Amino acid sequence: MTTIVIGGGVVGLSLAYGLLKQGKDVIVLDGEDDDFRASRGNFGLIWIQGKGANAPHYAMWSRRSASVWEGFAKDLFAETGVDVAYQNAGGIDYFTDEDELETQVQSLTKLRGDLGGDYPFEILDHVGLKARVPEIGPKVIGGIYSLMDGHVNPLYLMRALSIAVRQAGGQVKTGARVVDVDAQDRDFTAILADGTKITGDALVLAAGLGATDLSKSLGFAAPIRPQQGQILITEKLPFFLKYPSGTLRQVNEGGVQIGASKAEVGFDDDEDIATSAILAQHAIDIFPHLENVKLVRSWAALRIMSPDGLPIYQRSPRALGASFVTCHSGITLAAAHACLMPDWLLERNNAPDVSAFSESRFHV
Amino acid sequence: MFKFIDGEDTQTSISFLLEDQKIEATEGMSVAAALLANGITTFRQSAVSNEGRGPFCLMGTCYECVVLIDGVHVQACMTQVRAGLSVDRIPTATTGIEE
Amino acid sequence: MSDLFDIIVIGAGPAGMSAATEASRHGASVCMLDEQQTAGGQIYRNVVHSPAARSRILGADYRAGLLMTQNTNESGVVHRTRATVWKVDKDGSVAFTVDGQAEQIRGRHVILANGAMERSVPIPGWTSPGVMTVGAAQILMKSSGIVPVGAVLVGVGPLLYLVATQLVAAGAPPKALIETQTKSDLIAAMPHFLPALKGWKQLAKGMQMIAALRWAGVPRFKGATEIEITGGASVEGVRFRAQGREKTIHTTTVFLHQGVVPNTQITRSIGLDHEYNTAQHSFAPITDDCGQSSNSVFSIAGDGAGIGGAKDAALSGKISALNALRQIGKITQSTCDGMAKPLLKRRRAELAIRPFLDAAYPPPASVLRPADDTIICRCEDVRAGDIRRYAALGCRGPNQTKAFGRSGMGPCQGRYCGLTVTEILVEETGQRHEKVGSYRIRAPLKPITLKELASLALPQETDKSK
Repeated sequence: MTTIVIGGGVVGLSLAYGLLKQGKDVIVLDGEDDDFRASRGNFGLIWIQGKGANAPHYAMWSRRSASVWEGFAKDLFAETGVDVAYQNAGGIDYFTDEDELETQVQSLTKLRGDLGGDYPFEILDHVGLKARVPEIGPKVIGGIYSLMDGHVNPLYLMRALSIAVRQAGGQVKTGARVVDVDAQDRDFTAILADGTKITGDALVLAAGLGATDLSKSLGFAAPIRPQQGQILITEKLPFFLKYPSGTLRQVNEGGVQIGASKAEVGFDDDEDIATSAILAQHAIDIFPHLENVKLVRSWAALRIMSPDGLPIYQRSPRALGASFVTCHSGITLAAAHACLMPDWLLERNNAPDVSAFSESRFHV
Repeated sequence: MFKFIDGEDTQTSISFLLEDQKIEATEGMSVAAALLANGITTFRQSAVSNEGRGPFCLMGTCYECVVLIDGVHVQACMTQVRAGLSVDRIPTATTGIEE
Repeated sequence: MSDLFDIIVIGAGPAGMSAATEASRHGASVCMLDEQQTAGGQIYRNVVHSPAARSRILGADYRAGLLMTQNTNESGVVHRTRATVWKVDKDGSVAFTVDGQAEQIRGRHVILANGAMERSVPIPGWTSPGVMTVGAAQILMKSSGIVPVGAVLVGVGPLLYLVATQLVAAGAPPKALIETQTKSDLIAAMPHFLPALKGWKQLAKGMQMIAALRWAGVPRFKGATEIEITGGASVEGVRFRAQGREKTIHTTTVFLHQGVVPNTQITRSIGLDHEYNTAQHSFAPITDDCGQSSNSVFSIAGDGAGIGGAKDAALSGKISALNALRQIGKITQSTCDGMAKPLLKRRRAELAIRPFLDAAYPPPASVLRPADDTIICRCEDVRAGDIRRYAALGCRGPNQTKAFGRSGMGPCQGRYCGLTVTEILVEETGQRHEKVGSYRIRAPLKPITLKELASLALPQETDKSK
């Protein structure tokens, strides 16, 4: 019997890929070209430092994903020929404010303690940082380097997963907007906008912001909201930036990507000058030589945010065999979703313990 | 190959530099036209394939004629010639992340 | 700091100039933004500074633009030259750059008169240096006074003949015209011939141009297929098949033309409704008779709303100005209707020839939907076959093929590959053009430096409306 995965973004495809590797039949149902798609708008980081500052279990889960990312990327390359440009040279968080640096150092130090000491990072002053990244400007007072961080080309990742899922025998149906789900124990029917019915004995809801509409019939609370982020990308430049940061990275095609804002503006994915001007100034503050570089494009995309910003992994209380997976960090967690989560979806004993990410944490 | 229209005033000449090559032009010409008139059709290399590229639309939409002036990548077709202008080809350095 | 105007006009071609002049005449504060040094657009480009000999070669239709530019210059319109518009917002805010300085203004109404661009002509070898558009050849004549020696013109449409005759007049006759028009195109156009007779003057001009080319002995190869530009690092010639025979013509300069299409970058970027025009093989924003778009703040004038030519654009500009004045309450609905009525009638006469031209000079299928190994996205070197492979991977629209393979991600922002990608996806997925859609156009519409963008943090507004 078949597992229906609703959502063909990075999260849905990563899970589908993992399930196929476990020998399951999978059909992925994906929407239209102009749907809100976080998978097309994200920054592309595999980012660990500072993540889960008040939630060590999330910090650990992210690290676990990062630790299996290299193998995941190699498998994808071997199977599809698509190099997702995985880089794990580490990342640097840049600071222009002493207090902010101090606060972040305290936060990372606490996390290091929470995680039993295994949490490598290195504090660099301006001189130390300049030795590693000569292009930094005078406003940069220091930074934090961590070899836990990395980045990929998230669009190549999407393409690689699309190919790999099909090659492994998965069906991917695009232009297939699910309007309703009929859910019984181990018996699911997804009803598409054109009336087509897709049946399966298991179902994974991984539809990003589209999950809200379908959550009720599956018994999920799905307390998610859109959070807008804006990103800039410059023209292609000769390679200079080895280390990504949370706000600046040079993508494998050569452009420098600059991010990312956070705004609570509902389902609005229009970019605006007030926001992008601040991002541009930030980039110039860190790397002054970028001031005469041409901006080619800016965009806004919508993160899928839970109340505490952490992923939600939830089994349906209404129908056995249905699960809900959502997160705003689908690139970092892609490897965990592909390599570790299938055991949880298949309700196996050796599944990772993700109970702390259930929806019950939001019930006060 | 290009030539001036018969009867054009080619006396009011301006000269500028393309790297270290002296380029003669007349007032009012675009940098792109001046280079074409001097027999230069390849302005840059594709950042993807490294193949040569040159002006295509000459109306500011295609970005094939981009050159480096005063440290900024500009469209040669949208830039007027002026005396003493110094035009460089954009670096052909390969882009992309080193392994 | 940013200024508020009653009306902003983007573009200073015939549509923009007549819109701005008309709006100003009725007492509106008007700012006209245009990228060129002087008013005129591409059609009347540089007409104010064109030396007599050059203007003579370019012809009476070109010289007619002089009066229009003079009228515009003498109106109260604030004309910002060398202004590259790089963002337009749904509320009428417009960001632009002049000489490296970014500015923002806002209009209570905005008239988009940014015109047309030449249809992309993705054929084998078209990225070689030395291959340009026929429009480019004309721009080199108009703005810089240079002409190609021994060029070959390839494609279809009235502009092909016009530029060929201008080159003849300039003492640089083309080596050949390689035309993609077939006999069956002409047969398909015949039902539109009688209505087109209302535009007999234009038809007569066309006949004169063709006669002039024959007189000058310019060889014309009709019904050409399998056209390929040879050379690579630079152009060496054009190879094609015509009358059942393969032929190569040697040249270092090739000009391509397959008609013009509305430039929809701005209209797409602000999310206006568009429809696909099957006769013109292109998208255009939906407007009413008076140029009103689906957003009450925006009117569209001239070729940007559908190809009609320079004279039609001037009429449409005037009508759009009336619509804009009505929208901001400067004139009443009945005044607008009354003044627009005769203009609309003249427009209908002006457009009578259009269905005939559209049918007689269509882009061939091999240009609309190129062979797999032909580059379609010049910026990112993406080929037609890549798009077909992504379609097989489930891509339904151009935004997903863009994500998979970077077509449309370069500095031209998909201007040259957009329609081609949509066409290929229509063919591959069986969806309608409107359903496949187009690229989501984002700021900046044209690349700007980070410094220019950063300078616009926290703008304020002062009121210049009257």
